[in-house]
Amino acid sequence: MDKLAMKLLAEWSYDRAPLHRGYTRKYLVVDLGDGDGKYSHTIHDIDEDMIDTFTGGRGFGLKILWDAVSPAGRWDSPENALVISGGPICGITQYPGTGKTYTVFLSPLTEQTYNSNAGGYFGPYLKASGFDALAVTGKSPEYVVVSIDGDEGKVRVYAAPTDERNAYAVTEALHQAFAKNEDDLVSVSVVTAGRGAEHSWWGALNVSFYDPRRKVARLKQAGRGGGGTVLRDKGILALVVRKSGFTGSENDPADLATLQKVGTKLHREIRNNDDVQSLMRTTGTTHLNKIMNDYDILPVNNYKYGRSDAIGAITPEEYKKLFTQGYADGCWYGCSMACAKTVDGFELRTGPDRGKKVTVDGPEYETAAGLGPNVGVFDPRWTIESNYYADHYALDTISLGTGLAFVCECYELGLITKEHTGGLELRFGAADQLMELIHRMVDGRDEFALAVGKGIRKMKDIFARRYGADRAVMEKIGMEGQGLEVSQYRCQESVAQWGGYFLTLKGPQHDEAWVIFMDMVNKQLPTFEDKAEALFYFPNFRLWFSLVGVCKLPWNDVEPEDNRIRYKGIEAAKVPEHVQNYLDIYEAVTGKPLSEEDMILQSERVYNYERIFNYRMGKGTRKEHTIPDRALGPVFPDEWNVRKDYFEKKLEEAGIRGDGLSVEEKIARLQEHRRREWEKLVDAVYARRGWDRNGVPTKETVERLGLDSPEVLEVLEPYWKSAGRA
Amino acid sequence: MKLLKTYLDRCVQCGACMSACSKAWAKEDSPELSRVRVKTVTGMADIRVCDQCGGCIAVCPSLALSRDKDGVVRIDRKKCTSCLMCVGFCPSASMFFSDRIPSPYKCVACGICVRVCPEGALEIIDTGKEG
Ligand code: SF4
Ligand code: SF4
Ligand code: SF4
Repeated sequence: MDKLAMKLLAEWSYDRAPLHRGYTRKYLVVDLGDGDGKYSHTIHDIDEDMIDTFTGGRGFGLKILWDAVSPAGRWDSPENALVISGGPICGITQYPGTGKTYTVFLSPLTEQTYNSNAGGYFGPYLKASGFDALAVTGKSPEYVVVSIDGDEGKVRVYAAPTDERNAYAVTEALHQAFAKNEDDLVSVSVVTAGRGAEHSWWGALNVSFYDPRRKVARLKQAGRGGGGTVLRDKGILALVVRKSGFTGSENDPADLATLQKVGTKLHREIRNNDDVQSLMRTTGTTHLNKIMNDYDILPVNNYKYGRSDAIGAITPEEYKKLFTQGYADGCWYGCSMACAKTVDGFELRTGPDRGKKVTVDGPEYETAAGLGPNVGVFDPRWTIESNYYADHYALDTISLGTGLAFVCECYELGLITKEHTGGLELRFGAADQLMELIHRMVDGRDEFALAVGKGIRKMKDIFARRYGADRAVMEKIGMEGQGLEVSQYRCQESVAQWGGYFLTLKGPQHDEAWVIFMDMVNKQLPTFEDKAEALFYFPNFRLWFSLVGVCKLPWNDVEPEDNRIRYKGIEAAKVPEHVQNYLDIYEAVTGKPLSEEDMILQSERVYNYERIFNYRMGKGTRKEHTIPDRALGPVFPDEWNVRKDYFEKKLEEAGIRGDGLSVEEKIARLQEHRRREWEKLVDAVYARRGWDRNGVPTKETVERLGLDSPEVLEVLEPYWKSAGRA
Repeated sequence: MKLLKTYLDRCVQCGACMSACSKAWAKEDSPELSRVRVKTVTGMADIRVCDQCGGCIAVCPSLALSRDKDGVVRIDRKKCTSCLMCVGFCPSASMFFSDRIPSPYKCVACGICVRVCPEGALEIIDTGKEG
């Protein structure tokens, strides 16, 4: 293939540990030294204890990260580890959505642990190459490529062979460079970032797989939390794994027949139900735009509004026309959900690749809503173009969308002006100006773009200090929690979803609990106890996916036809038949039976371990669980007035008399009321999770989960003993 | 395009076709490894066999399925990753699998079963279309 001049800096041989029942029981650490160019590697055993406590995937990632960093460690310390791990189910091919890769690292945005997942072939190939996890630590003085060749049993460090640092170019070049021939292109997977990640804290990780139909390398993102920023901070251009001849029994499962049986059952279900239930195969997750708009949940203009009359321009039908139809668009073999939609032959109108026709992966719902209505733009082509460049520069599309929405509102409120933005008029809907700002984020030379790329939390500091912007207003409208930008659901009217977003381990990301429909639309969580139960069960249930290496979508984006007949309410929302599928395939792979209770227990261990980890890093208490006013309700009269009757009624329901009050006063009263509700929610959720009122796991919880190892006790015992215990 | 055409009204459910097919292609006499399946549904014969519609070609992520020069859909076992999406998406449920064989299997219109059928219930035809 196209051979780049690959200058070898270090090379080590290893004996490939065989995969048996989902595990290799080994992990690899590559250390890039302390800026001194000293590269080294170590291979560690994973014992039964580690499997019992952490299961795999994100659990392994957290354990390995804990061992790598000290409490003083920060995201840019050499000791920070970027850990990538699939999990025991990761890499089976018979069941949809089983190729997920989970990344764990200390995040620049939240200054605590973060975990983010992506499709692509890296996780499965890493396992087939002999490692359940890969950790990279240290910092290289020059950009390097770290490669693992599972066929040859070699780990190598190369000097970066190209000046290209943006994702599509790097990925394509490395697929070509590492593949032995045309057919071998599918045997390579690349993890890279882009130049934006070298300056912005929104740096995304792009994980690839080769699409033999389109003959292009496709990119899936572990976008959130700044993993790409960490990658580039370490001086890593890319991580590459190569493993040829992947088969459907690579995991050496205990019971292939069950995997086949359960897998084909779901394939059939998807074939029969997707067109009526969720349109994943035709429109991917963008089908949600219209539904969210219908329920006033679509974020419009920095979450001010929940719907727009302009929705017609971004409906599923519009996206369907742009997406290429009829291909096997899974991000791993066997995923018949096929949500990985692409726009092929898309001609770019701006930026360094202007005029080029490209294949764009996505947009998914989060991108379509964030780089769309949330910044006041209702033009799929603009969204697709910004999606392309965000991926190429490696900027997390969710944080970018929410961050730009914040910038637009600050601009419209006059908190920042043209003088500050480098001449850009950043109003909602200012498509060209916003695109220009994205391009300015690539190289760190534009002072304003650089500030934006640091995320909303830092923007608030910088805008206040540098431009004299009103801090109190920014605190109200900046949609972040724990330093992370909120993903794209407007949660004001769902008390449970306040918690789904703002009582999370890592910040407001929808992968913990998406309970907005259950709570707000279906009214299935009437009491605080019900809400707390949902905010216990769903985060733990969904965390399990990250332990074993599977995708959330095939769990509930398609359901058995009779799910809502056989089960009611929150039970139906659990999709019991699919939960059973997971228990079956877990046992079929590992040979270990698993009950529904044990499944939650596996998750609870890691959920609490991560919480303790964050406490160890100086976070992880109640004071970090903050929620901005905009997430609770309207902040300004214009927001109130578009749904005047609705909010008047809410005030009345809260027992507050509105007569004689100005709109501003009414807003203040509603906000006060909702803050009180929020505090009640926090108390209820902490209690259900086995945490004290300060949000720290209690001794009983730690013991019940078997987490009372010396390293954990060392962190928590002084706290438990201290008089200041809340 | 060649395909195996079935005449249900003539089938006496003797199983000779399954026996011949599995012996020829799986080297053992077992109906679950046959690429044609004869079942009795409420006393009537039901024959499941690929009609070479090609629906599975598009869903295969590995480009392991393609038509040969006769229009017959074939699996390239070297490329197949055993994901069984073709099984789930086959409209006539005539792509089969077994945990003893890595890849799924289907009728390739070879005609071996036609020759053993005592009733003339099977026939290889050429539709004359490209598929
Ligand atoms: S196996 Fe099924 S989908 Fe494939 S060509 Fe035959 S009938 Fe069509
Ligand atoms: S089982 Fe093999 S032939 Fe069938 S869709 Fe999967 S990879 Fe393709
Ligand atoms: S034509 Fe050949 S492959 Fe098809 S069912 Fe008959 S014997 Fe089997």
